[in-house]
Amino acid sequence: MLTRKIEVLVGLFILSGLAAFLVLVFNVANVEVKANGSNYTLYAKFSNIGGLKVRSPVKVGGVVVGRVSEINLDPTELVPVVKLSMDKRFNQFPETSSLSILTSGLLGEQFLGLTPGFIDDDIAMLVDGDRIDDTHSALVLEELIGQFLYSASKD
Amino acid sequence: MNLLDRVANLGRAAIELVTGFGSAGLMLWGAIARKPRAKGFPLFVKQLYVVGVQSMVLIFVSGLFIGMVLALQGYNILVGFGTEESLGPMVALSLLRELGPVVTALLFAGRAGSALTAEIGLMKSTEQLSSLEMMAIDPLRQIIAPRFWAGVVSLPLLALIFTAVGIYGGHIVGVEWKGIDSGSFWSILQASVEWRQDIVNCLIKSLVFAVVVTWIALYRGYQVIPNPEGISKATTQTVVQSSLAVLALDFLLTALMFGR
Repeated sequence: MLTRKIEVLVGLFILSGLAAFLVLVFNVANVEVKANGSNYTLYAKFSNIGGLKVRSPVKVGGVVVGRVSEINLDPTELVPVVKLSMDKRFNQFPETSSLSILTSGLLGEQFLGLTPGFIDDDIAMLVDGDRIDDTHSALVLEELIGQFLYSASKD
Repeated sequence: MNLLDRVANLGRAAIELVTGFGSAGLMLWGAIARKPRAKGFPLFVKQLYVVGVQSMVLIFVSGLFIGMVLALQGYNILVGFGTEESLGPMVALSLLRELGPVVTALLFAGRAGSALTAEIGLMKSTEQLSSLEMMAIDPLRQIIAPRFWAGVVSLPLLALIFTAVGIYGGHIVGVEWKGIDSGSFWSILQASVEWRQDIVNCLIKSLVFAVVVTWIALYRGYQVIPNPEGISKATTQTVVQSSLAVLALDFLLTALMFGR
């Protein structure tokens, strides 16, 4: 039957279109399906965030544990405030942990490196809404060159 | 009088242009602004087969080769900077943002659009459309509407297939042939493709192109001069006009989506 064959082929066509869509969404764009409340928020102040962007990853030893969800300027201190959305599975960071802005490769994207601090009896763990105080700003190549030229010209 | 004639010619051209847009709009309105009937569904499926399924091989093969060529050319440039891992995002983003919707629409205009124009043009020339009207069947509803919807549904699906196949073509050249690490190919690719910015915009673009290409094809067929020369002219016009419309609209949409 010809119509039967046509119907099957049209069905296959639509299915392969949907399959392509799913491949693009989940394999290429890597959209993460996540339930609500699986994240907690941390804040950090930097003096210079360099090329950090919203959605830049937060990594511990190279493992992504969260992402930058918002970048704002503190209205009184006039320094950038970065809001981090951290994965709930990784919630055992002591409040002595430090954050630094690092670059992947020589010319790569910038990301936040989280270095876990020491744990002691009177050190609490970071919880939702906490602020990380120990931060290291981005290395700005122009400033480095400027400093180098300045110190070289003094000699 | 010579000057007046020229002014008159200009006026006539302008009136014809506006009338053309008007009657194209009326045709589309007459075809789609109706309550859908259950009886129309088999017609739609038949057209989905003609317009969509029969274009699949072409889309599949050209997607694969365009992905492979993009990867090869990109590799040759990127390897000079030692950043050949960025091949993944290069291939994926150029396919998702531009080549997927645009090349699919151009191929679709050549493969399906010209066929639609020729088919409807021949129906018009042999007075099949008037016969339908004599039998109190609305040709807009019976002939134009299922073809229009089939085109609007098929083209985005074809663009998605094209893009997905193209990315795998890029993977074949980059990873299997040129030896880029498979893990970094995919991870950098996944880090740079975004759902809203890239995939939704790809779908919006292909949907707009689908409406435009199918509309032009149907209108050219519907307004054909009923003789063999007219049909051949209408078919050519379909391909030329829809290609130009796709390229112009692509620039406009890109400026709106990525221009900021």
